[in-house]
Amino acid sequence: MIEVENLTKKFEDHVAVDNISFTIERGEIFGLLGPNGAGKTTTISMLATLLKPTSGTARINGFDITTHKDEVRKSIGIVFQDPSLDEELTAYENMDFHGRLYRMPGNVRERMISELLSLVELAERKNSLVKTFSGGMRRRLEIARALLHEPEVFFLDEPTLGLDPQTRNHIWEYIERLNKEKEITIILTTHYMEEADRLCDRVAIIDRGRIIALDTPERLKDEIGGDVVTLESRDIEGLYAQLSKTAWIEHIEPHDGFITLTLHNAERHIAEIVRLSSTNGIDIDSISIHKPTLEDVFLRLTGRRIREEEADIRDRMRMMHRLHRG
Amino acid sequence: MMDIVYTIWLRNIKRYLRSKSRIAGSLGMPLFFLLVLGFGLNSVVRIPGSKQDYMGFIVPGIIAMTVMFTSVFSGIQIIWDKQFGFLKETLVAPVSRLEIMLGQTLGGATTAFIQGFIILVISLFIGSGHHATISGFLIASLFMVLIGLSFTAFGIAIASKMEDMHGFQLIMNFVIFPIFGLSGALFPIDSLPGWLQSLTLVDPLTYGVEGIRYGLAGLSMVNPFMSLVVMAGFTLATIALGTVLFRNISI
Ligand SMILES: Nc1ncnc2c1ncn2[C@@H]1O[C@H](COP(=O)(O)OP(=O)(O)OP(=O)(O)O)[C@@H](O)[C@H]1O
Ligand SMILES: [Mg+2]
Repeated sequence: MIEVENLTKKFEDHVAVDNISFTIERGEIFGLLGPNGAGKTTTISMLATLLKPTSGTARINGFDITTHKDEVRKSIGIVFQDPSLDEELTAYENMDFHGRLYRMPGNVRERMISELLSLVELAERKNSLVKTFSGGMRRRLEIARALLHEPEVFFLDEPTLGLDPQTRNHIWEYIERLNKEKEITIILTTHYMEEADRLCDRVAIIDRGRIIALDTPERLKDEIGGDVVTLESRDIEGLYAQLSKTAWIEHIEPHDGFITLTLHNAERHIAEIVRLSSTNGIDIDSISIHKPTLEDVFLRLTGRRIREEEADIRDRMRMMHRLHRG
Repeated sequence: MMDIVYTIWLRNIKRYLRSKSRIAGSLGMPLFFLLVLGFGLNSVVRIPGSKQDYMGFIVPGIIAMTVMFTSVFSGIQIIWDKQFGFLKETLVAPVSRLEIMLGQTLGGATTAFIQGFIILVISLFIGSGHHATISGFLIASLFMVLIGLSFTAFGIAIASKMEDMHGFQLIMNFVIFPIFGLSGALFPIDSLPGWLQSLTLVDPLTYGVEGIRYGLAGLSMVNPFMSLVVMAGFTLATIALGTVLFRNISI
């Protein structure tokens, strides 16, 4: 359904998307998971014909994205990362505008609009101006609008960014239903690992414009091998020296302020970890055990957390605070 | 083709009709000009070589001004569409940019025409001394439409080159106001010194103003046929320019 070959996008000398290739089957939900600035939106924009690739190409539904733009555009529906509704129009008018742009005949347009507005539970609000809508309602309207012309491929760029957990769950349910009932091929980008994990048949982990792993969420997590234990301590080096000698730890990796261990049956070994470090006079500030997540996969592959950037911002703000107080 | 143009046009009209405060707001300046200059200077200023009083003289100028400013603003509106993301929705649809551009231009020109027409009606009520014929009104309307089309397209051309609204003030001060100021909307171009007069003659709006003045007041310092040719040519040129620049707009 979608074939991407060596797709590359450079902005001046900055490479935003670096030679990526992958194939997506019909009916699949495919995820692009990566941190801020990884190149997810740039990739989607190229596939949606809004941005011209620097090199490489892709075919959607058999049509080349650079030479057959109109056919590609007819085949796809897209929910952009940033808002794209006309706030001065009503929900119905936004839908109607879209239907007309895609040259849908009047009766089909009307029927589909009311069907889709009910699907996203906005039928009662169809004549309200969009500027009176909440973030979640807008998102639902954008999803309904992008589906109006019955696209075969559906792009969702960060569909639940900034939404509360309840709305997020709601949107996940729509996406799953769409995929099952209408057999639409879906590509979604996200930097929420739960989202990728729950929705996607396959996930491409993308970092700095490159795809660094691509598989089903289960297989990606299996690669980690065992449970993940995270230890926080002020003496990372001491702890690392101590624990790296331990045979039953499959994998150990020091980070800035914490260590991650991978081991089987972690519950049984915790006591021993604590005992080992306290006999060596190393304080452990906190311990947590969890099943591997895609976050652990990302951490293992890059040495960074997906959400690290956000932590960075927080640190910088704290710094500024300190500077201000002198 | 026309269905898409109509769709885009319709959106523009809906937005216009819904923004009562913007309609009223953009009538404020022309009304102010009309009342202050018209009544204020009516008894003091005489137009050389004409029986026309000053009020009757500037009404066409103020109508042209209204149409011009409204259309430039509606053209520049696509910057908002860019910033609020709505432009992406249009650009990702299987329609050509020419269709989008023409729909925007017609939409902007329509709203600008309505604004100009409101001023025209108001000026009739406050007694501009016009006794224009039906054909005179039609001639004036034709020029209003041409000003509307050309300056909306001009606004779109500018907006296609602008990243955000930061450059807007610059464009207003160094492009739009000079075009208005030099157009002979407020004073007869005959009475200007020669060098300034040639400047007014390269200003396209001059021909729009003169065309409307010919229609409403029956007086014009430029041959009305010449005005028509210049305005028609300017309209085609700006639409071509707007189309080319809009085609290369990046989001
Ligand atoms: N128009 C542009 N001009 C220059 N650089 C750009 C442009 N668009 C994106 N970039 C850069 O390309 C890189 C990838 O950006 P992109 O928006 O694709 O990331 P993303 O994965 O979608 O991130 P996010 O999670 O923040 O949405 C970033 O470094 C960004 O600064
Ligand atoms: Mg993005």
